[in-house]
Amino acid sequence: MKLDHSQSMAEQDQEFVISNRLGIHARVAAQIVKVANQFQSEVWITKNDNTVSGKSILDILTLVCPQGSKVRVSASGDDAPEAMEALAALFQTKFGES
Amino acid sequence: MRKTSITLQGIGVSPGIAIGKAQQLNLGLTPIPQYTLLGEEAVKEECARFEAAVAKAERSLELIKEEIDPALKDHAHLLEVHQLILRDRLIFDESLKLIREKKYNALWALKRSLLKAHELFGSIDDEYIRSRVADVDAAGELILRNLAGQDHDLRNEIKERAIIVARDLSPADTAQLQLERTLGLVTDMGGRTSHTSIIARSLNIPSVVGAEVGTQFVETGDILIVDGTSGRVVINPTDDEIRHYLERQEDEENYLKEIKRKAHLPALTQDGVAITVEANIEMLEEVVAARDNGAEGIGLYRTEFFFMNRTDIPDEETLHSEYRELAELMAPHPVTMRTLDLGAEKLAISFPRLQESNPALGLRSIRLCLHYRDLFKTQLRAILRAGAATRNLRLMFPLVSGVGELLQAKAVLKEAKEELLRERIAFHENMPLGVMIEVPSAVAVADLLAREVDFFSIGTNDLIQYSLAIDRVNENVAYLYEPLHPAVLRFIRQTVRAGHAAGIPVGICGEMAGEPFYVPILLGLELDSLSMNPLAVPRVKSLICRSRARGSRTFVNKLLKLPTAQEISTLLQGVLMKKFPEEFRVLDPGLLTAGMPSRQGMIKSSGNSPS
Repeated sequence: MKLDHSQSMAEQDQEFVISNRLGIHARVAAQIVKVANQFQSEVWITKNDNTVSGKSILDILTLVCPQGSKVRVSASGDDAPEAMEALAALFQTKFGES
Repeated sequence: MRKTSITLQGIGVSPGIAIGKAQQLNLGLTPIPQYTLLGEEAVKEECARFEAAVAKAERSLELIKEEIDPALKDHAHLLEVHQLILRDRLIFDESLKLIREKKYNALWALKRSLLKAHELFGSIDDEYIRSRVADVDAAGELILRNLAGQDHDLRNEIKERAIIVARDLSPADTAQLQLERTLGLVTDMGGRTSHTSIIARSLNIPSVVGAEVGTQFVETGDILIVDGTSGRVVINPTDDEIRHYLERQEDEENYLKEIKRKAHLPALTQDGVAITVEANIEMLEEVVAARDNGAEGIGLYRTEFFFMNRTDIPDEETLHSEYRELAELMAPHPVTMRTLDLGAEKLAISFPRLQESNPALGLRSIRLCLHYRDLFKTQLRAILRAGAATRNLRLMFPLVSGVGELLQAKAVLKEAKEELLRERIAFHENMPLGVMIEVPSAVAVADLLAREVDFFSIGTNDLIQYSLAIDRVNENVAYLYEPLHPAVLRFIRQTVRAGHAAGIPVGICGEMAGEPFYVPILLGLELDSLSMNPLAVPRVKSLICRSRARGSRTFVNKLLKLPTAQEISTLLQGVLMKKFPEEFRVLDPGLLTAGMPSRQGMIKSSGNSPS
């Protein structure tokens, strides 16, 4: 039974360097949460061994990610691949900023 | 029975005079009771009550977002941030948990989770992130108000055109106010660059912020005068005061319109001496304000913004593209790029935090740059390259204390140029180089420094602090911060003379340059250029055009014989009143007697005694 469960649960993760000028400021954190909230999966963001929920704007803000930070984003749950894809698109386009 | 007239001094952030009835918005003062819930049923009810309060806050933000004034669209994202905070696990889940597990009442549970969020934010090194706790409070306040049954639609509260008085206004509050129906704004909190101030300016609403505890003295219905130019607020003015301000209101409006119309003309004295009037800015966006107000260049571009609160040094390309855009926007007018003027405490977190007992005298500014040469060189290369096409950039080193330091900085500049040459990258080879004169020792050796550079720019703010040994934000000694101190005027004269003897121009880029009252003195001291807050440009230009350089010189010679700032101030005031009566009426003469351009939080009573 346990095996079945783990098969249905997908796990995804990917690393990103924050490259927009202002880093993860309030508006960017809001964007991340809004994307993460569209999925059932849990979303986590890790920086220097600190892991926070990708669905909490306050967690993300207080992780403190200025330009140049390296973060790992992971998603686990049934729709993890889709969640990861959506989040990757957001991170890779510098959150629509310069 | 008449109420006493009280005058408050805050920070004028949006010029103009408003006279009208006060409308207090009692925000942020929700009383928080604390009690324990009895029984499971009570807990369930309280959870439901909390969830309903959050949902209501969410809906009201949604509504504000939909109806937001088009002028404020940029601020809509802040409301979105607040919406997410309402449902954040640290606030929402945490409060529900406290209600369920600790049986706290909802208000108290929310208060506890807000306090916890405060602790979390307070522990963070990054200034920007730390300051976001204001958003947590703004969102929390919305729920608190709903729970306490105090939720009110701000829009309905303002029945007639009124002057809004509040301890603080959050972006959500400001967005809800029908600002076109608002005569003026007064808040206890805030500064020139706070959200409320920026919006007030963009909508031309006379506003005073930073009144500290001032709003406690105001009751709804009180007659108020808000002078957004001088930062004064008069509560329950006397008839004479009302008459005075009504006159000033009309005068000021006509007068400001008139001088703004002429701001694009050059600043030429009656006897034909041209003064370059420029603007101090720190963001690209401010270029528009600078040009609109008639600035003939940027006399001080503060480059610190890009270096603050980051983990790494911004790379050369980032800086270069920003600087080049600035150069292009201002071309052919000159832009003076001041190299990094920061202490280590504000620099990217990858730099070691220094434990300095006296950072103002520590490793900062040019010293810091010489300590971290790579960082310095990166910035120099970016500036040199950015000026390649337009050739209107100028370089300026801050906080130089002597020739040795200047030569070291010039050596790094030379290296940067040689590298660029080797790499065959285009740059402005003969970019003019200047130093800021802001350390007293630099004044003493100004003749020696003048041989090494193309211009001087006097940073009066620091020069006054360092020469009078006054920390102007220390309220115990702030009264000693006197721009008109004879020593300060002598230092300026000495610097100008040393510069002119070596054939280089000398300007001022401190606050003194933007104070219209000082124009006769600055002309008399023979400064070549003045650089100031963009909004001050039209007034200063207008005064220059109405002055005579020769007369000002005679006047300054007389001033320099006086032994104290008070006597200098009195004599100056007399001359201004005689020569520029209309300017004197518009501006607040109280500024001069106070000896410094702005003093916050001062409260004085006048008129009728308490009855």
